[in-house]
Formats: sequence, structure tokens, C-alpha cells
Amino acid sequence: MQNSMTYYPPWKRFLIRYWPFLTLGLVILAIILWRYLVDPSATGAVLNATVRHSTPLVLGALCGLMGERAGVVNIGIEGQMLMSAFIAFLFNVWTGNLPLAILAGILTGAILGALLGWMAVTLKIDQIIGGTVINILALGLTGYFYTAGLTTEGKLRPIVIPLLSKIPLIGKVLFENPPITYAAIILVFIIHYLLFYTKWGLRTRAVGEHPRAADTVGINVSWMRYANVIIGGGIAGLAGAFLTLESVGSFERAMSNGRGFVALACMIFGRWTPFGAWGAALLFGLASAVQTQLQFGGLNVPHQFIGMLPYLLTIIVLAGVGGRSRPPAADGVPYVKE
Amino acid sequence: MSDEIALEVHNITKRFPGVLANDRVNFDLRKGEIHALLGENGAGKTTLMNIIYGLYSPDEGEILISNNDGLQPVQIHTPHDAIQMGIGMVHQHFMLVPVFSVAENIILGQEITKGPSLDIKTARRKITQLSEEYGLEVDPDAIVENLPVGVQQRVEIIKALYRHARILVLDEPTAVLTPQEVDDLVRIMRQLTERGVSIVFITHKLKEVLEVADRITAMRRGQVVGTTTPAESDEHKLAAMMVGREVILTVEKAPAKPAQVVLNVENLTIVDERDVVCVCELGFQVRAGEILGIAGVQGNGQTELIEALTGLRQRKSGKVVLGGKEIPELSPRLNVEAGQAHIPEDRHKHGLVLAYSIADNEVLCTYYQPPFARGLQRDMGAVMKNAVELIARFDIRTPSPNLPAKNLSGGNQQKAIVARELSRPIQLLIANQPTRGLDVGSIEYIHRQIVDMRDRGIAVLLVSAELDEITSLSDRIAVMYHGSIVATMDADKATRAELGLLMAGSSLPTQ
Repeated sequence: MQNSMTYYPPWKRFLIRYWPFLTLGLVILAIILWRYLVDPSATGAVLNATVRHSTPLVLGALCGLMGERAGVVNIGIEGQMLMSAFIAFLFNVWTGNLPLAILAGILTGAILGALLGWMAVTLKIDQIIGGTVINILALGLTGYFYTAGLTTEGKLRPIVIPLLSKIPLIGKVLFENPPITYAAIILVFIIHYLLFYTKWGLRTRAVGEHPRAADTVGINVSWMRYANVIIGGGIAGLAGAFLTLESVGSFERAMSNGRGFVALACMIFGRWTPFGAWGAALLFGLASAVQTQLQFGGLNVPHQFIGMLPYLLTIIVLAGVGGRSRPPAADGVPYVKE
Repeated sequence: MSDEIALEVHNITKRFPGVLANDRVNFDLRKGEIHALLGENGAGKTTLMNIIYGLYSPDEGEILISNNDGLQPVQIHTPHDAIQMGIGMVHQHFMLVPVFSVAENIILGQEITKGPSLDIKTARRKITQLSEEYGLEVDPDAIVENLPVGVQQRVEIIKALYRHARILVLDEPTAVLTPQEVDDLVRIMRQLTERGVSIVFITHKLKEVLEVADRITAMRRGQVVGTTTPAESDEHKLAAMMVGREVILTVEKAPAKPAQVVLNVENLTIVDERDVVCVCELGFQVRAGEILGIAGVQGNGQTELIEALTGLRQRKSGKVVLGGKEIPELSPRLNVEAGQAHIPEDRHKHGLVLAYSIADNEVLCTYYQPPFARGLQRDMGAVMKNAVELIARFDIRTPSPNLPAKNLSGGNQQKAIVARELSRPIQLLIANQPTRGLDVGSIEYIHRQIVDMRDRGIAVLLVSAELDEITSLSDRIAVMYHGSIVATMDADKATRAELGLLMAGSSLPTQ
């Protein structure tokens, strides 16, 4: 009775744990293939839009992931994105230098990350409140300083990767993207490696699961939390830069439009893993893309209802399939030394 | 063991707000010895060790550690410093990350890397080496939360050895172990000392100290009372040193006078969260005025049984009759109102609302009844009066009834629970591990209360993993193994050896 834990090989454990997700993925894949055979150009457009929509979500989810793996809940992703989008846009207006503008966006996110770190780690205030402070701050500041009619030189253009972009269906989708989209995909791999295969990741996860244990083996809990929240902030900053420099090309009030929160849902649905978050972001991206397609498709449904689709999906996913996920044990709990 | 000193502390003093936790403490540890540090909860043992491990800094005093140049004074500000000086500590609450593998836990903080990546392969080999060298069997790839407590403790010890610890502090290592695991631990400790490791063994269990230790130092209220050896002392002397007065170690009780059946359990079957049967077709009776002790190694269905009896867990089938009335399942309130008292296994989780005041905790079962409530309103005056009375009657040491329960020591928390449960009119007392983690003085007190309840004609169901507790309190003993009662016997006819065998799952030889 004590040993009722049966041992399974890793691949089997993986299947047992993730079968609902894998099934979902396969079903979606099948539908896409079918649509592709029926109508290649429309399917290609939907898939392109999927990747575009998913980029800020992956980045936001990675930001949340870094913080929560280290034990800091970051509900301020939305604000970090919005503020970075604004600053990146301003830099683009002033200098016309796109790389510099991206850097400005990343830095803005990182600074807001440091602010969250200061509130959560040093002041030990409630992290939900800390994140909300950032959201309200960003909304207020950007709204106040925003001036209509600013124009820019341009936005980030797609980079075509030779040969690979010639692959039917996925070539155009994966290998003909602007730089931040590539960066998002590469970051998924980097952060997966960082979290699960390096010293840094081991310590980060230890600090998020059992900070006292980490402390007793000489790990500086506060420093690890600060560092991860700041790095995460930088990634959210990149998501902000995506909005103004790559996607839209200009700034609008409250343009992050809830993406920070959907990103948080992606992180939870993806069970606090980079690849899971990526999959979730693609799912939400697909929902958004399909929604756009449906609105043009002359369906006789008020567009507001179709517009709800991604958010409806968020609710269903969080309540249903994602229900039995387990956050890091010390997530959101300030560490107090005895 | 040699006479060479490995570690010495001089005149260590540590004050916490309102408490003098260590008062000019002197202590020395010889190379290769097991030095037991004995004392009640709050005597300052753990504080002293936390100072040595760099978790607290002392207000006064110095620490000396021997290295190549002999005994040198050292400064230990952080655990990192302590690890550098060859000190390892196994905390009472393990410092292991539950979702990490054994190997990940061991290397955490001193990772082996190959380029930027972790080198788990080399780590695994090193761990296997250590575990073979010291006879500490572990699987480096097992996930810690799936391991039994005894094995987790082994992981902690390897963690210290991996960091080249020459001085090992074990803080209450036996508190969470089954008797078999304790034997294992003792064997491991001896193996470690043979290889020159010096061990500080913090405990308040007298039997173990006499069995294992080379020397014994007793602490009381922050001061060292004295140092002795097992040869020069016995349980009574040690208990007197610890508590500061004579302690009655065996419970004195008159023969039981069992009357009518109060609790009748028939065909009770329970399944756990994973749908595994953990209590199977169980049946027993408890009469008024007797104590039925349920012995067994932890994890054999006792927890689930008690939860089902107290309305905290669904029953698959079976009948529970309390005082002639059948009790519907999943209703703790009906159970309470039918005259059931429950001292739960985990006092923090199920016994108290830690953030509530003591006064509120004392009326958790009765707050909605007069005199504590009038209609929709609570009568705080009556709640206070009740608290003040109970604090005096049950000797709960607290500056105020308004203090949150979490600020009490373990013994006083348990007394607060006992006070609440026993001050109501009851027919049945269910006590699950009522003295776990408590000091000798509190144990003595709680045992007295339980026997008094029996003498007043209350039926008592006692569950304990401590054989001594079962044999000294019970009138009848039932042994649980794999969810069934494998034997029931009169307490005066049971021997420890017999019970031990039954608990391990072997049947008794037929005469």
C-alpha cells in the first residue's frame, strides 16, 4: 500500500500527464490539414495570423513563467507590455532607429520588473497588489503622455529565410517573419534550456518551490527572485515592442488590450513550462485568427460575439483542461528569513 | 571516538524579543562521537544549532572549530560559511524541494556543471559513491515527494556528506520515523562516526538517547543543565534534568471498568483519493470507560479511519454507530453534537485555526450555541470568560487569551485543543497521535487527561505510532496493518515484541 506508486518510463509518464493536450493538438492539426486541402490561401492566412497573434502571448507567458518559477506572481505583465510599447514607440518616433527602440522597450519592461521585484521581494507587499500597481501606473502614464498624430518612419519588416520559406504551408508561416517573432520562438527554447538544464534554472526553481531549503544551502533567495523578475520584465518589454514596432506600427491608448492577462492564462494552461506556454499561445492565436476570418466570412452573427472567442476559450481552458495543474509551491509567498 | 575536540562553543547567548533562548551556553563535541542534546521544546537546543549553522547570529559568545592548526575561533554568518567549515545540518522539517529528484536536491547550491549545463550524470555517480561508502541507500533519480520520510532523511544526510560535512547536526531526526526507520538511522549514525564524522543528535526521547549517545548534554530554559553519559544515568535522571523536577514516565491507572458500547463500527471500507482501498471491512467497538489503542506503522489506514469516523472523509460502505445513533457521513458537526471529541493528528491543519485567537479557538465547536451566541450575535464576553477558565484549568501557558494560536508552543497548542475538546459534554474521545512532537512534561499532562476521561466513563479511541504510548495507555490494543485490524488483545497480555511483529505484517505463531 505504501508503494502503490508504479514506475513508468519517462515517455509513458509524459503521455499520462499530457494526453489531453496532445489529443487537442492532434485534432487541431487534423483540422488545419483538412482546411489546407480545401482552401490553401485562406488557411495560410489564418496560420500567419496565428503566429502573429501568438507572439506577444508567448513573450508575456515567458515573462510570467520566469517570475512564478522563482516564486513571484507577476500580474503586471499587461502594464509592462503597455508601457514598453509606448516607450519603444516614442524612441522610434524620436530616433527612427528600430534596434534602439526595441532595446528601449526591453529596458522599460526590465525596469518595471525591478519595480515589481522591489515591491514583492524587498517590501514583501502582496504581489497581486504590486502587479496591479504596475498595470494602473502604465495605463495612467501612457494615457497621459500619449499625443495623437505621432508618426514613425516605419516598422520591422519580415526577414525571409531562404530555402526554408519555400516549404509548402509552414514555410511562409514559420520562416517569413519579422525579428521579434523569431526572437519569441528562440526564447522558448532558450528559457526551456535555462530552466531545466542549467544551474541558474535549478536554483530558480528551488527558490520558487522551497525558498528556505535554497537558503540553507547558501542560495541568495532575494537576488534570484529579483534577477528572474527583471529578466521576465525584459521579455514582457519585448512583447510591448512587438505591438508598436512590428504589429501595428503606432501606439494607441490601452493597446495591450488584455494580452498580458491572456498570456498569464497561457502560462497556467502550459503548466509553467515554456513549450506548454507556447502551445497555449498558439491555440489562443489560432482562436484570434479564426475570429478575424469569420468576421470577414459574412457569418450572420454580431461581430462582438465572434470577438469573444479567444476570451471564451481562456475561460474554458482555465476552468476545464488546465484545471489540475500545480503552480510552484512558494509562488506568491514572500520569503521571510527567521 | 577520541578525546580530540571537533567543535566547541563558549558562553553563547542569544536573545529573542521577550525570550532568552540561549543563556551563556557551553558545549563541546569530540571527534567521532554521538553527542545527544536533550531538552524540552523551547529549551534552546535548536536555537543553539541554528547559531552553529549560521542561521542566527549569537549576541555573545564564540564558536571554535578544529582544523589543521588545531581549535580556532570562527565567524559563521550564513549557512554557506558553516558548510565551508564542514558543518552539515539535517533540519527537523526537511530542507528538500519536493518536486526535485534526489540528485537535484543534493547538488543544489553546489552544482556540478559541464559548460553551461548541469552535469547530472557525474552528480549521479558521486551520489551513488557516497551512498555505497556510507551504506545510505537511495535512488538518485527518484522524486523526493514520492519517497518515504526515512529515505528523505537519508537524502538530507547525503546532502551534508556531499558538502564534505565532518560535523553533522541532526535536529529531532527520529520524531517522524517509524520504529524500523529509527533502527536504520541508528545504524547509519554509527557508520558515520566510524568514519570520523561527529554527530550532534537533538532529541527529547530518553530511550533513544540512552541507546545511541556517547555523551548527553541536557538543556533547560536556554541553559545547559549538565553533561553525562548513558552509563552514569537512566531515564528518570535524564527526565529530571530536562524538566527540572521528577517526572512520572509511566502512566498510573486503575483497572478499566468497561460499560456499555459507545462506538460501534461495522464493515467500514474506505477508499483514498486514488481509489485504492485503504481501510477494508473494519469492525470494532469501544465501550464507555475503556481505552482502545490502535497500534500500527503510519500509513496503514489509521488516518483515513479517523477521518471517516469524524466526518472528514467519505465512507465507501459500513456503519458507524455512536451512542446508539447512526452517524451520517461527512458531517463533523453532527459528530460533535453527538458527543464526539477529536484530537487530530495534525494540530496545525485540523486542530486549530492558527490565525485565530486562543479564545476563538476554544469555541470552534460551540460558537453558534448559547452562551457563546445569542441569535445572530456572538457573545464575546462569554467567549473570553470561557477562554480564561480553560487557560487556567488546562495550564495553557500564554500571556493573553487574545494571542493568535500560532504563537503558542507545540505543547501549549495541543493543550488548547485538549481544553476545547474535553470541556464539552462528550461520550467518545478520539485521539490521533495526541503527543506527537511534544516534550516530556506535556506528554505526561496529556496522558493524564486521557486516563482521567476514561475514568469518568468516556470511551476513548487512541491511535498512535508510538508503541510505548499504546501500551502504557490502552486497556485493549488493536493492531492495524494494510487497512485491516489483524489482531485485538488485552493490553496486559500484549508484549512489545508481539506487537512489533503484528505491526510489520507477520502473524503470530499459533500456540
